[in-house]
Amino acid sequence: MVSPMRVVPSRRTDPVQQAMSVPPSPKMQVADLDFYYGKSRALQSLNLNIPEKSITALIGPSGCGKSTFLRILNRIHEIYPRQVATGKVLLDGEDILDRSYSIHRLRSKVGMVFQKPVPFPMTIYENVAFAIRHFEKLSRAEMDSRVERALRDSALWDEVKDKLSHSGLSLSGGQQQRLCIARAIALRPDVLLLDEPTSALDPISTAKIEQLIADLTKQYTFCIVTHNMQQAARVSDYTGFMLLGELIEFGTTKDIFENPRKRQTEDYITGRFG
Amino acid sequence: MSARNRRLLRRRIIDAAARMLATCAALIGLFWLTWILWTTLSKGLSVMKWGLFTQLTPPPGSDGGLLNAFVGSILMSGLAILIGTPLGIGAGMYLAEYARHSKLGQTIRFVNDILLSAPSIVIGLFVYTITVLRMGHFSGMAGAIALAFIALPVIVRTTDEMLQLVPSTMREAALALGVPQHKVIRQILLRASLSGILTGVLLALARISGETAPLLFTALNNPYWSTNLNQPMANVPVVIFQYAMSPYEYWHALAWAGAFVMTMLVLILGLVSRLILLRHRRQNG
Amino acid sequence: MSNVKSSTIDPLLSLDRVDRRTDKLFRLMVMSCAIFVFVVLLGAVFSMLYGGHEAFSTFGWKFLWSKNWDPVQKQFGALIPIYGTLVTSLIAMILAVPVSFGIAVFLTEIAPLWLRLPIASAIDLLAGIPSIIYGMWGLFVFVPFMALHVDPWLSDHLGVLPVIGALFRGSAIGLGTLTGGIVLGIMVIPFVAAVMREVFSAVPSALKESAYALGSTTWEVVWNVVLPYTRSAVTGGIFLGLGRALGETMAVTFVLGNAHRLSMSLLEPGNSIAATIANEFTEADSSLYLSSLIALGFLLFIVTFVVLAIARLMLRRMARLERTT
Repeated sequence: MVSPMRVVPSRRTDPVQQAMSVPPSPKMQVADLDFYYGKSRALQSLNLNIPEKSITALIGPSGCGKSTFLRILNRIHEIYPRQVATGKVLLDGEDILDRSYSIHRLRSKVGMVFQKPVPFPMTIYENVAFAIRHFEKLSRAEMDSRVERALRDSALWDEVKDKLSHSGLSLSGGQQQRLCIARAIALRPDVLLLDEPTSALDPISTAKIEQLIADLTKQYTFCIVTHNMQQAARVSDYTGFMLLGELIEFGTTKDIFENPRKRQTEDYITGRFG
Repeated sequence: MSARNRRLLRRRIIDAAARMLATCAALIGLFWLTWILWTTLSKGLSVMKWGLFTQLTPPPGSDGGLLNAFVGSILMSGLAILIGTPLGIGAGMYLAEYARHSKLGQTIRFVNDILLSAPSIVIGLFVYTITVLRMGHFSGMAGAIALAFIALPVIVRTTDEMLQLVPSTMREAALALGVPQHKVIRQILLRASLSGILTGVLLALARISGETAPLLFTALNNPYWSTNLNQPMANVPVVIFQYAMSPYEYWHALAWAGAFVMTMLVLILGLVSRLILLRHRRQNG
Repeated sequence: MSNVKSSTIDPLLSLDRVDRRTDKLFRLMVMSCAIFVFVVLLGAVFSMLYGGHEAFSTFGWKFLWSKNWDPVQKQFGALIPIYGTLVTSLIAMILAVPVSFGIAVFLTEIAPLWLRLPIASAIDLLAGIPSIIYGMWGLFVFVPFMALHVDPWLSDHLGVLPVIGALFRGSAIGLGTLTGGIVLGIMVIPFVAAVMREVFSAVPSALKESAYALGSTTWEVVWNVVLPYTRSAVTGGIFLGLGRALGETMAVTFVLGNAHRLSMSLLEPGNSIAATIANEFTEADSSLYLSSLIALGFLLFIVTFVVLAIARLMLRRMARLERTT
């Protein structure tokens, strides 16, 4: 078995954590999830539980459906009329796929950060404040502290505190992505979905973001899609391996990488296909 | 010479001839247009004087300017843009955000394209039948409405295209925050495509600044000073038309002056909208 | 929100209700704006049908091929304006298409790179010059030129030939169908050239480069690679220019001569639908006169509608081809 290299010491080596053999309660539960692009089925009978206040990674070769799955968790796929998801996805026990579940409420509890950083065409301050303004009526001082908190948590505050009124587009790529993270966590969601958050960034920015994810795990439940196996191994507590629209295996990251039970998982981990 | 070399030579000769013809065509095309611009410039500049902007259109034989025509044109064009822009942006938002691939969207885009290239004389006749025939007289308001209908499809098309250019990731990122669609469209997507939409408005303005036919049937002309929209209103294109077709020398000169100012305005608007688009492209990479 | 769940659930749900209602309202508003565009077009068609109704019902189908145009006797027919519109547009396209094609080829294949953007921008700007400018130039500069230099030459040298001679006989006053057609053609050139240039530059460079790599000359690449690829769009662009030429008023009103005589000769004054309407609108003293003018407008609209619809179809065809390759 191949042991992946660890660049950043992960929480999994924490002896206290290792002593805990019971996984935390599931924040989101997926049951019999199918997904269709028009007539063709892209996801088949997915069943998994995403544990609360941990980092769950989804890995698999490109085209396996991991991003497609992630996008169902905040129903962002519904923008496109030909994309349909059937089955049950429970958040704190409620089925979010149900028509009566408010989509705005869902997205205020489940945030998302995308692969390509897209700052809004506004100041840095406004980028973060935009969504807060919609949900809450805050005084100027309250908003200021919320924005500052969000920027601190995404490790961006020190770099931008003097230029909050500059355009969001004036930041570098890595900074823009951290701005997008700040934007998402400003709403204090329960769950944060990250779709290949560092694949468009340089190694230093990548390391910064991996660190801030690790620091934030006490507050949020993370689900991160990545095509970089080493990143999954570094960062996550639980890992799911997907192939051709199916979930092949799911377990603690340690188990998946050191003791995979399915042959396809082992083949992927050892690089027999990519 | 071998057969192969003969063929090669023949191909080269054809190529050289074709290239020469194409270059000639380019020169011919540019020649005519330069001639026309040059004429407008020289004839117009020779009549330019301050009086042009301070005196009213004169009766035949006497001195004067084009003040009431300029004012009338500005009034009607301004009103037309005021009417046409919100309608155009609204329609463009619908097409780009709600009807991008739907049948209704396709139909409306088709209709819009037809309206865009339709003869402006047709628009003039249309507005004539719904306003002038009803009211019993020509009016500046009717002129403004006719110009608004000409500006409308330009703005619709530009808004539609510019909004579609906004990357889908921005749309998704904004919606993923739980913000409702109307806010996403108005506060984020519109802002992201603002310079493009502004360009569309400027182009529409340039277009209506040069249109004569629609005003001929709606606002007609007014030889006196008037800002009353309920009466015929003076405007540059119709004045040019009437003065040029007249037998009076001085009127011809005024017509050229008006033509010069009109051409300058259209060219400047075109340049400015180009510059805006260029700056926007450079900012956003 | 995750800390104060119970007290924020309710406001969240009522906010959601407001959001959904506002979304629906907004969608309705912008949809009305879009439908308004449709209404404008329908309104134009029906208002002209309504305005021309009197003429159509009085003259019937004869309106289309009657040579009459007598305001005093109240006899009107569309043949002369229709003929003039078609002939001037034909002349315009014969002039404009090759020149525009040459310009487009020049800009995409021949001109040095640093020259391309300035000239292309110049052409785009020139396409926006108001048509009344062309009319003015036509009347004051070109008509005298034609009267002095071209018309006499044509009349003397071509007017004496059999068959086509009939096209070139007549008075050398400069005004006339030929002059109108030429001015119209010059006006349409930047328009068609801009469309063709855009279409030519959309050809994937890989296609052209592989042809060049095989030893093709510039002309061969244009004829064998660029043109077949852009065939639909080029046709679309030509139809677009034709639509523009058919409907043009001011560029030709000044120089056609406003004559209501049908003449074979291109050197004789003629008329077009748009010029007739523009010239005589204010003189229409009877409702039948006015109705006939509006009926002419209706006919013009129908013709340009068909031409523009074809143009759009052809242009979209290439856009679709682009997306699939």
